[in-house]
Amino acid sequence: MEMVPLTHYLFLSATLFVIGVVGVLVRRNAIVVFMSIEIMLNAVNISLIAFDRYLNLHDGQIFSFMVMCVAAAEVSVGLAIIISLFRNKPTINLDEFNIMKS
Amino acid sequence: MELLIFYPLAGICIVLALGVVINNSPVNSAMSLIGMMLGLAGIFILQQAHFIAILQIIIYAGAIMVLFMFVIMLLNLKGKGEDDSWISRDKDLLLTVLSSLLAVGVLYKIIIIINAGDFNSPALPPDSFGTVREVGTILFTKFILPFEMASILLLVAMIGAVVLAKSKVD
Repeated sequence: MEMVPLTHYLFLSATLFVIGVVGVLVRRNAIVVFMSIEIMLNAVNISLIAFDRYLNLHDGQIFSFMVMCVAAAEVSVGLAIIISLFRNKPTINLDEFNIMKS
Repeated sequence: MELLIFYPLAGICIVLALGVVINNSPVNSAMSLIGMMLGLAGIFILQQAHFIAILQIIIYAGAIMVLFMFVIMLLNLKGKGEDDSWISRDKDLLLTVLSSLLAVGVLYKIIIIINAGDFNSPALPPDSFGTVREVGTILFTKFILPFEMASILLLVAMIGAVVLAKSKVD
């Protein structure tokens, strides 16, 4: 059975990562920015697992497992921050949050 | 044969990821993201990472996206002005175009670097590669310390989320 070359997975990973970066840079909706961060984390997981199979190790899978743990922690804390910000000021437009800027 | 499965899955993933960025409504973005997670689970299965694929569906497409949908529904942003618009202000258009061009340039550079790399055709892994037994054995022997650290991290995140969402901002 013909296997997919490693470079294809790396191309997919790079493309998804860049889409996530563009999402973070362009969008001003806090929730969509969070989703773009999730896209970036997933793109990294593709690279990890592709190299993992290429090198015939399991370390990459363990590492992507850790990435998933961090993503879950990040989302739970981040959405809690968004909710408490929304309680303070009823908007999730990131441009309107400038209370830290004196 | 694998390529025939890979290309449609990769195409679906890229289109849905673009959909996350382009969609106006956060609900549509979340739906696209769920589709992308499922497509990535398919790609992980293609790479014999069955355990990670299942985790991807359970954690990402299940737990995390439900949390996103929950927050979107909770905040109920209908009619809150410019929140849903693609780009908040017109004067940001230049910055948007510039940052997108920058990102595409970075992608071009990455592709050149990947093409320059010398990757031989990989050795075929054994059939048991990536099963729950294999990954679990390694996870609970070689990587037991990171595993316990992850559990502490999740506990801290849980406490942090409760404290943040509970406290009144005065």
